[in-house]
Amino acid sequence: MEQVVNPTESSLLRFTTAGSVDDGKSTLIGRLLYDSKSIFEDQLLAVEESSKRRGDEHVNLALLTDGLRAEREQGITIDVAYRYFATPKRKFIIADTPGHIQYTRNMVTGASTADLAIVLVDARHGVLEQTRRHAFIASLLRIQHIVLAVNKMDMMHYSEDVFRKIVADFTELAKKLHNPVQFTPIPLSALNGDNVVTKSPHMQWYEGPALLEHLETVQVSAGESDTAARYPVQWVIRPQSEDYHDFRGFAGRVASGSFHVGDEVIAYPSGMKSRITHIHTSAGPQRETLPTLSYAITLADEIDISRGDLIAKPDQPPQCGHLIDAMICWFTDKKLKPRSRFHLRHMTHDVRASVTDLLYKVDITTFEKKQEQSEFGLNDIGCIRLRTATPLHFDPYAQNRITGSFVLVDEQTNNTVAAGMILGAVGDETLVSVDQEVAI
Amino acid sequence: MPEITHLQFLESEAIYILRETAAQFAKPALLFSGGKDSIIMAWMARKAFHPARLPFPLLHVDTGHNFPEAMEYRDWFVKEMRAELVVGSVQQSIDEGRVQEEKGHNASRNKLQTVTLLDTIEKNQFDACLGGGRRDEEKARAKERFFSHRDEFGQWDPKNQRPELWNIFNGRKHFGEHFRVFPLSNWTEMDVWQYIRQENIPLPSLYFSHQRKIIERHGQLLDASTGIIPLLDEEKPRVKEMTIRFRTVGDATCTGAVLSTASTIDEVVAEVAAARQTERGTRADDKRSETAMEDRKKEGYF
Repeated sequence: MEQVVNPTESSLLRFTTAGSVDDGKSTLIGRLLYDSKSIFEDQLLAVEESSKRRGDEHVNLALLTDGLRAEREQGITIDVAYRYFATPKRKFIIADTPGHIQYTRNMVTGASTADLAIVLVDARHGVLEQTRRHAFIASLLRIQHIVLAVNKMDMMHYSEDVFRKIVADFTELAKKLHNPVQFTPIPLSALNGDNVVTKSPHMQWYEGPALLEHLETVQVSAGESDTAARYPVQWVIRPQSEDYHDFRGFAGRVASGSFHVGDEVIAYPSGMKSRITHIHTSAGPQRETLPTLSYAITLADEIDISRGDLIAKPDQPPQCGHLIDAMICWFTDKKLKPRSRFHLRHMTHDVRASVTDLLYKVDITTFEKKQEQSEFGLNDIGCIRLRTATPLHFDPYAQNRITGSFVLVDEQTNNTVAAGMILGAVGDETLVSVDQEVAI
Repeated sequence: MPEITHLQFLESEAIYILRETAAQFAKPALLFSGGKDSIIMAWMARKAFHPARLPFPLLHVDTGHNFPEAMEYRDWFVKEMRAELVVGSVQQSIDEGRVQEEKGHNASRNKLQTVTLLDTIEKNQFDACLGGGRRDEEKARAKERFFSHRDEFGQWDPKNQRPELWNIFNGRKHFGEHFRVFPLSNWTEMDVWQYIRQENIPLPSLYFSHQRKIIERHGQLLDASTGIIPLLDEEKPRVKEMTIRFRTVGDATCTGAVLSTASTIDEVVAEVAAARQTERGTRADDKRSETAMEDRKKEGYF
């Protein structure tokens, strides 16, 4: 069994899948897990028994992920299911989401932490409304890599023409997406295993890799390393012991870019400057930081920094404002109306916010904007303007997924009711006007 | 730009969650069983707040059915970590009449732990408990959040969970409610072992191959050397000396052993890689029904 992953060489890829049972999504995931030997005998046995009891004709691999009683009873996925598998080259985390429009919020949630999205298309049906929605959400959440998995090629006699037509249709669709996506089309049959783990002998005309090989080798940029350096402060470490009397370590996880010992840094909102003296890690002191890793940083001067502050570099300042335009996805049955108030959580920072305007909704199937909205309902995606009690220090989501995202929390129930992606601050000339084509 | 390894990512994520827990809650505690998952969680907690001490105590829910090796390890580890230890005792819950011991030779205190845990949470006013649960362990856990909300009765409502996006975790709650927090959500059993190997973390000897008196019951290899599990008369002649190790370490009455000669970390990693059964396959408590874990979790189990 070639499953031992060498920790020094193996990287991680997080991807999301969206689709319904009819697309063969469960079959595809089941095959990836099964062929990479990530399904265990007792799991398979339990699923076989459940399938039999339910009267399913085939072993229903969806039962592997649909663990909740309600899901098993109704044969649906009501949530994001996370699955894990590994090959000798890479570790994978799948965020598996249901594909129907009433599960838009689950797709948005799954996409928020993914580097890659698999969009499944049934070769018999081609690009459908559902395909457009999945591509839209991947683009909105800024997943940079899409795999267009054209499934059930066996039912179309492995025809190259069928495949080409679907690729051409998707290329047209992708041009209309605002955030650029790279996409890799792969013709496959999940049921027969064609081009899933190994190359298919039935499609000699296809010169690209099998799906698994593509997933193992695709390059993803960890945490936007080429963008401005951003370090949200989570916690201040003060040992208050004899040995570390004056120690003040600013604990956090690098959102983007990198910091070096000796760098001049600036803390927001205070605007105070200092210099990095040490970068502490779990593996001892370092000279520089890597994106997405956790550190504790000490500075040369005693400046006032606490949880919720943002450390950056003076020549790469974040944007700042308290009147913000953002795309949101609304998560709850209770409608969003103008002048509603929320707790807004942005990185490690918490601030009161009021939604002043609902600017427009987006039809995520036609990509059309519908203006003059009086309310947003469950699963609606659209643009809002909000006012925050104190200014936010941010980057537009188009540049930074961590410093550009937020959630809204209901003040009464404490539930997370919206996911937000910042377009910009109002009054800032870099903000794309609402009248222009934004987000789509 | 060097590529980040999966262990670096997982460690950083867990440290981030541990720090968020310390920052967002007034009085968190880290559930510590002496099992490998809670050990690596505490190990990373030390890193997260170094050089300061842990900003929360370790909380052990003691079923009274412990392997002596696990207790020895616990006491050594607490000292090594310079941590505070809070113990919630199931025996005490039984003595106080809060719970009733299960009857029969299959009796387990696993389920009783829930009451003791909730009582201990209430008594100490803990508002968040860090647990070592992983999504790969069990299908109900696959739907669990990093920050998992519990109502004032300690119950989990799987259909009404808060979505978690990006790096943002919402720990807001009403008075009397609390959270369970799972920093190891994205880890697999293999990741845990690879991390133990990378960090050279000492473990209880139970995890490595040793000779033990074992009784086979319902296909499970249960301990017959400590006397914790009462044996039926007809079972006594069937007790055998076997070369085994434990894949999980919990309450002795429901922790099954596996036949194994793996006596080093490298050998264990190789064995885990080749394993064809999940580690919870050795747990009697999950075998009671298809949704046993979901049902226990709804009541407030770990």
